[in-house]
This record gives sequence, C-alpha cells and structure tokens, in this order.
Amino acid sequence: MRRIVRILWRTWPGRIGAVLSSVMVVSALVSLVWTPYDPKRVNPGERWLPVSRDHWFGTDGGGQDLFSQVLAGARTTLTVAVLSVFIAAVIGLVLGVLSAITPRWVGEALAHVIDVLIALPTLILALVLVAALGGSVWTISLAIGFASGVVLARVVKAEVARVLTQDYVLAASAAGSSTLRTVIRHVLPNIAPVVIVQLSLVAALAVLAEAALSFLGLTPISTPSWGRMLEELQQSASVHPWAIVFPGLAVVAATLGFNLVGDGLRDAIDPRLRSRVALPTLDLAGTVNQGPNR
Amino acid sequence: MTLLDVQDLTVDFGDGPVVDGLSLSLEPGDRVGIIGESGSGKSLTALSIIGLAPDSATVTGSVRWNGEELLGRSDRDLSELRGDDITMVFQNPLNSLNPVMRVGRQVAEPLRLHQRLSRGTAAARAVELLDQVGLPDPANTSRAFPHQLSGGQRQRVGIAIALACQPALLIADEPTTALDVTVQAGVLQLLRDLIADRGTALLFITHDVALVSGITDRLLVMRRGLVVEEGPTTEVVTAPRHDYTVELIAAARATALDEEERVG
Repeated sequence: MRRIVRILWRTWPGRIGAVLSSVMVVSALVSLVWTPYDPKRVNPGERWLPVSRDHWFGTDGGGQDLFSQVLAGARTTLTVAVLSVFIAAVIGLVLGVLSAITPRWVGEALAHVIDVLIALPTLILALVLVAALGGSVWTISLAIGFASGVVLARVVKAEVARVLTQDYVLAASAAGSSTLRTVIRHVLPNIAPVVIVQLSLVAALAVLAEAALSFLGLTPISTPSWGRMLEELQQSASVHPWAIVFPGLAVVAATLGFNLVGDGLRDAIDPRLRSRVALPTLDLAGTVNQGPNR
Repeated sequence: MTLLDVQDLTVDFGDGPVVDGLSLSLEPGDRVGIIGESGSGKSLTALSIIGLAPDSATVTGSVRWNGEELLGRSDRDLSELRGDDITMVFQNPLNSLNPVMRVGRQVAEPLRLHQRLSRGTAAARAVELLDQVGLPDPANTSRAFPHQLSGGQRQRVGIAIALACQPALLIADEPTTALDVTVQAGVLQLLRDLIADRGTALLFITHDVALVSGITDRLLVMRRGLVVEEGPTTEVVTAPRHDYTVELIAAARATALDEEERVG
C-alpha cells in the first residue's frame, strides 16, 4: 500500500490526482461530523454574502453557507462514485470473464447481449430507473454502474482473450491449475491495469452523471449535491456569478482527481512499468523530469 | 510397468491430420527426443499427451499413463496429473512466466496446488528449488519479477517449476530455443543433471540435432505429423536412414560451420 502511494507520488499528474482525491475523501468524511454551518439552514439576513472569513465560499440566495454545502455534497458524490465503481466492477468482470472463457457459442451470445446493453445511454437509463424506482443515491449508482459495467465487460472480454493466448496461461494449465484458479491468479492480475484505469474513468463519469442528474432535479431534495447547487445558483448567475464557481470547481476537481489517480495506479500496479526508473516524464512546468533516483 | 504408452496418436483440426499415428513409449527414467522442423507436430504431440491440445482439435488413439487411459479424461482429472506427475518446460521463458507474479510464488504454485503445502512452507521450498537450479541469491531472486531476470535465469525458473513436485515425466518443448547459444549449454547441463538425480523420464522436443545427442537416448524424427525414423539417438544421428534425417543433420552442420566461420 505504501509502495503504491510512493509510486503514485512519483509523477506530477499522480501527485495532483492523489491530492485532489484525498481532499474529496477528507471533505466527505469531515462533513459527516462537522460543517461550519448547517448546510440546509436558511438565513434571510445573510443572502448572497461574498467570500469572507465567516463564509469561505460565500452564501447563496437563501443565506445558506456554500462551503458547508460543498462539503456535504462531497459525501453524496463520493458515495455515488464508490457505489458505481463497485457495481461496474462486478458486472464488468463477471460478464467479461464469462464471455471470454465459456464455450464459443455462449461467449458469442453473451457478447451480443453486452453490445445491445452498451447502446443504452447512461443518462437515459438513469432517467428511466429514476422514474421507475424513484430518485436516490442507489438508483443513480445502479444506473451509472450498470451502464459502465457493460462497457467495461467488453474491454474485459478483449483483455481476457488476449491474456488467455499467453504461454503462462497454458503453463498454468500444464501445472494443473483449474480454470477458476487460472483466472484468479493469472488472468485478473494481468488485466488489472486496464480495469483500474477504466474504473477510474467510471468514477469520474459518476461524478459528472450525479451532478447532471441532480442538476435536472432527479435526486431527492434532502440529498445535498453539487449538481443541485449549480442548478439553484445558475438562475442568479448573471447577478452573482462568483457563487457558482465553487461547486463548479468541486465537480471539475473530483473528476480530474479520479482520472489522474487512475493513470498513476495503472503505473503502480504494473510491475513492468514499476522498474521504469529513469523514463523522462513531462511535468506541468514543461521541464523534463528525469524521475527520482532509486 | 510402462510409464507412458502412446499408441496411434492422431490429432486433426479438420483438414487432415497434423499428428498422424504417432506411437511412443517411455519407461521410468527414459530420455526420448522428438525432432523435426516447425509445424511437424512435435509440440502438439506433447500438448495432446497431457490433454491440452486446442479445443478445435480432434485427438484419437491412446495415451496410457501407468496403464491408465488419459484420452477422454475430464480436465479436472487430468489437472491432478499435470504439474505433479507430468510437467512441462516451455519454449519461451519470458512468455511462460506470469509477468505480474513474483517468481518465488510461481515456483510455489504447483507445491500449493498438488502437495497442499502452506504458503510459508511452499515459499521456503521454492527458494530451495531456485537454489537447486543454480540461480544466484535464491532468497532475493524469489522476490523478483520475471522481467528482472535474464532469459537463461527465467528458463531456470521454468525448470524449477517443472521439477517442484518431483514429476515422473518432464516434457521439455524446445526449452533452449529462445536462449543464447552460450546459455543453452548451461541450461541443458542443468536439465540433464536434475533429471538424472531424480530418475525423471524426459520427453525432449527440439528442431536442433546438435542438442539431442547429449540429452536423449532414443530419438523420433517427425515430419508433417509422421514419424519417419526412430531409434537410439547415436545411431540415428551418426547413421541416419531417412533422407529427411540426413537433411536435418546436414542443416545443423551447415549452421555450425557458419558460426565457426563467423567466430574464426
């Protein structure tokens, strides 16, 4: 674990990703026990206050503290992201591996079903599920997780098929390993880099999708959310443009953070890239970083 | 009792047999070579014996292991034999090791699978095995990933995996083809010593006549799925009866001469 963090820290994108994601997680955790103000408390005397020591992000048209709302929104966003990633991973790995290792006709049939499911747009699926089941964190996560899961399944199928042709899989069979054992010990670790990057994209997508759906008013009003904040604030954006900056930045930061962490993790998990010590990487200042000496 | 008795083994992908009526038998400790050009069905023969021919192939004939028929047995049954009684060393040691698993764990894998050793015992045994195959600093090497080792070292790991469970038969499929000539000799020597110590039977598959003389007692020459010549290795190599064998030997001489010229 410490090694993974150290490798994530090796490149600038990895560092930025780690910092942004950590800030996101810490905000969500802190909001469970403490926010400067009750995010839902309406205070007509403090409407549209600018950024100040008392209100770090200012207040909105109801006099509600924006910093408290962003903290509370992080909780919802993180929950949706984690649930979506989990659901997508289960669906993607199970369907993808099955369609690659079952007899040809089963695998082909499964692949066609996957292709049909991929055609369902994530947000439309989410709308349908919200209409059918009611809007909640669970419904949204299920929709995002399912839609991303079937896309992941196709990637997983291709990756598993690639790994299955490798000699070390044949060697594992020749050493008496069962199919299930071979998949768990040899196939999954070898597709992990690709899956992890895909899942980090799912997390980033989940952040955006949650914001979009709550922007459209499809989440319960009791659930704090960056999308809902944006929707409420954009109505007064011409008069109070600064208020919209912080929830907007939060969405951008979370999306970017998950993407960068995914890239960094891919490098950390793949031992073939791990010993790539002195490969020059371009850092953000534009100078060539020769990498840390080991 | 005959250890391995293959009778009339035929492998067909639907457009004519790729291995055609091959018969061969091994007693415990026997060292038999199969030689032939690529595509002559050598490797497929080896895979068919342990039931790992591709699903699209039809395998007929008979493969008896200690008198028991193996063809048609379920994968589950066969996997008890594979890696335990019959093991394989593969051609390309880079591809035949899992790139994301430490080599120690890969050596320990058959021990955990077949001898049900605990993780710790298997790991300790793996280090011993890495030592026996002549790897330097085996404790540290066991923590290395395959890409951190040289080709010859990787193949030594492959041999350690194959010998982990003290098999009765080791099938070596072109074990030195992917290695430098200088490294080849060391790996062959090691293989020869280890199987001699343990009394392991060897089925050695190669295209290189120069390699078989030192390590096999009996030789089968294969061409396009057919065994064209068979006999004691020294006889086949010194007094070949079939034209194809003559060709193979001439080709090997020519390459050897080329190399001498280049060196000289």
